[in-house]
Amino acid sequence: MQRRLLGIVLCTFFAALIAIPVVIKHVSERHAASGAATHRDTVTARYGFCFQEVAKAAGIDFTHQAPRLDPKLDHIMAQVAAMGAAVSMVDFDRDGWQDIYVTNSGEGSHNHLYRNLGDGTFKDVAAEMGVADVNQEPTGVSMGAVWGDYDNDGYEDLFLYKWGRPELFRNDQGHRFIRVTAHAGLPHWINANTAIWLDYNRDGRLDLFIGGYYAEHVNLWQLTTTRVMPESFEYAQNGGRKYMLRNRGDGSFEDVTEQLGITSRRWALAATAADLRGSGYPDLFIANDYGVSELYFNEGGARFREVGKQTGVGFAPKSGMNAALGDILNQGQFAIYVTNISEAGILLQGNNLWVPQAGTTGEHLKYANLARAMGVELGGWSFGAQFGDLNNDGYLDLYLTNGYVSAARDRSYWYDFSKVAGGNTTIISDAKNWPPMQGRSLSGYQQKHVWLNDGAGQFFDVAPAVGVTDTYDGRAVALADLWNRGVLDVVVVNQKGPLLLYKNSVAPDHQWIAFALEGSVSNRSAIGAQVRLFWNGQEQVQEVSGGSGFGAQNQRHLHFGLGKQPHIEKVVIRWPSGKVQTLIGPQIGHMHRLKEPV
Amino acid sequence: MNPERSVSTTSASSTTTPWPSVWARWCSFDNRYLAPMFITCILAAGQLSFGILESYARTALAILTALVIELVLARLFWGQWPHLASAYISGISIGILVRSPAMWPYALCSTIAITSKYVLRVQGRHLWNPSNFGLCVMLCLASDTVASLSIQWGNYLPPMLIVWILGAIIIWRLQRFHICATYVVSFVLFAGVRSWITGHPFLAEVAPITGPMYQLFIFFMITDPKTTVQTKWGQCVVAFLVALGEMILRLNESIHAPYYGLFVVGPSANLIEIWWNSRQSATASAPHVA
Repeated sequence: MQRRLLGIVLCTFFAALIAIPVVIKHVSERHAASGAATHRDTVTARYGFCFQEVAKAAGIDFTHQAPRLDPKLDHIMAQVAAMGAAVSMVDFDRDGWQDIYVTNSGEGSHNHLYRNLGDGTFKDVAAEMGVADVNQEPTGVSMGAVWGDYDNDGYEDLFLYKWGRPELFRNDQGHRFIRVTAHAGLPHWINANTAIWLDYNRDGRLDLFIGGYYAEHVNLWQLTTTRVMPESFEYAQNGGRKYMLRNRGDGSFEDVTEQLGITSRRWALAATAADLRGSGYPDLFIANDYGVSELYFNEGGARFREVGKQTGVGFAPKSGMNAALGDILNQGQFAIYVTNISEAGILLQGNNLWVPQAGTTGEHLKYANLARAMGVELGGWSFGAQFGDLNNDGYLDLYLTNGYVSAARDRSYWYDFSKVAGGNTTIISDAKNWPPMQGRSLSGYQQKHVWLNDGAGQFFDVAPAVGVTDTYDGRAVALADLWNRGVLDVVVVNQKGPLLLYKNSVAPDHQWIAFALEGSVSNRSAIGAQVRLFWNGQEQVQEVSGGSGFGAQNQRHLHFGLGKQPHIEKVVIRWPSGKVQTLIGPQIGHMHRLKEPV
Repeated sequence: MNPERSVSTTSASSTTTPWPSVWARWCSFDNRYLAPMFITCILAAGQLSFGILESYARTALAILTALVIELVLARLFWGQWPHLASAYISGISIGILVRSPAMWPYALCSTIAITSKYVLRVQGRHLWNPSNFGLCVMLCLASDTVASLSIQWGNYLPPMLIVWILGAIIIWRLQRFHICATYVVSFVLFAGVRSWITGHPFLAEVAPITGPMYQLFIFFMITDPKTTVQTKWGQCVVAFLVALGEMILRLNESIHAPYYGLFVVGPSANLIEIWWNSRQSATASAPHVA
């Protein structure tokens, strides 16, 4: 009798166990559905902000075109030629309005430079400025662009990285761009998907870091072999080389990569630089596809030391596609957000949010991945992401775009993809072994994420509620105050899709302050300058960046949300030269233009 | 997954020379420890060389949960402390094969796996391989949180060769090599069939079996003594049918085809054998009619 009772109890227990995942799934779906709101005013009142997509109304009608590579890749073209939509913000003519540069990747297609007319609209001036016609098969196609004043003349110059010949354009007083590639000492041919400006040796001149993806000897239009794919899905080291190019100051650059100790051949997709440990020198973070991320500590501008494993960020290999920095906990230290792949039931890498561990600084800096704990882990096949205070409440939020290949809605390539991705290196590395995609999707039509930081260690997704409902194959995200209203607007570019411009409306009682910095002893773009804002008993640090996210660059200005009724104690600016400047009680709701004191 | 019913401990022939003595000790080693040791070696090598685990904590959670549940249920139902080799293999398999950013799936999967041994029984035999059952439940019902190990540990051949050779020796010693061999040969044959049907490269169809997930599947799941049929030829037929079922599922683009193939074929074969044995017993015990 007792045994029979035990049996009944056990069967009930077993049934309950089986039911647990079903219940959890049901609860989480209900929780997700409850985020949807309807009216814009209601949304703004609830979350403090709301987006409206206005690209066409603002005069921007851009649709990205993908390249058509060697016919040997035809059967998997959709997944190989799946990048190249990139966006970078700049005020190229110094008129006080942020302009937008967008790359295209079809052979013969044009890049676009949208000049901000200041009246709410934009005009494409790329052709007349000489930075449009840059995508031709003999010299390759664009993968992204970053702006930096490498000649310190006060005007932002343009570096264009490609699958092909990289290009440098000097900004001629905002009137036109002059191609200066020939004498710049750039590599002849690279297959790069990331580049950033930084002054690694603090000599007052901007240097350039470029991260290769495919190996540089590969011409993707004229393949001599089909063995061009990664040798492993998570441990590949047959990608492109890296370049650290030192600015000589005469318009040319010197390749100092090996000399500085950077020898990686991982498949880099994103890079960013900032002084992560208070040394005064910018450290370098690289998010690699098919492998671990790399973190290089800058040793006084003389050498870079890879500390990925030491710091915790370089242990678990994933598919890194983004590197963005943000002081998400207002603790005066940067967290690093790396995006990866998550596909339900198939591959759940999860994105990484590397947060400095309490009590670790300087040489002993260590990171913990808090993506799950803070709610920003699962973002689909994630690409570009950026931190920014979208509702001016004083905490950095996170905008993430995603989606890889959106083709047939009812047919997925995941089965064949996972089949080969798990195969031996001789199988995975040869494109001819990959089954044809035949119009199938691969993590397509994905919902984007706008994660709102509640300031208490949690992010929650409000994307559909605040008006972000697109499901294009998102690539790059850039943030800028496009209409000088004291809010961060969002520009998203999509692979083989339209540019989306999300105009932000923020609750008027949420305050802000911004800083536009210009170096004098330091590089004139002030890339590497850190601003620490102390207000209402909190501290937030931001750094002027020469590129972050995936294929993206935010506005140069630093924007701080302050919340309601803020009281600013002080602002401390540390210029790249090492000079420290302190502002007491600066005006709120104002953009402060500051020049480095000589 | 449970080697308890595998070959019983054999006694060594006594010799005086050192080498045969070593061989004798090897031969007299309790076979129940072989599989746990082997899978622990795979785990250690994979983790130290490639960092294969989601985290130590998750794998430890899966193992500990399996051990605790086994102890509790065996004590409750059989009134005795169980040998933990089987639960250990289930736990460690789940710790390796389950890929989830959350912790709870590891504990839940182990609990379901071990409990299934005590619930899903027919005539004293449990029908499903425990970790196969747990994995299939999680992949079906918690697919938004759980995936399975689907990628390589480096995609390089040498580590795989070591696993294959070591595994083959141990499995041969456990007298179950014929199951692995039948399955591998069948898989490769069916890969050719799939390639012919789909037009996809043969290497693409063979690719999965070169991955680490299959090493665990082949050496630890399909050879589980407690959930395989008892005759040697029957075991070969079942291995062949698992590969056949997997091929059908693969043609329908089922990513977790091997697990589901075993999930369907394994218990079906066991039930048929149980039915057949009952029938034989009934026939044998029935009074002879002149």
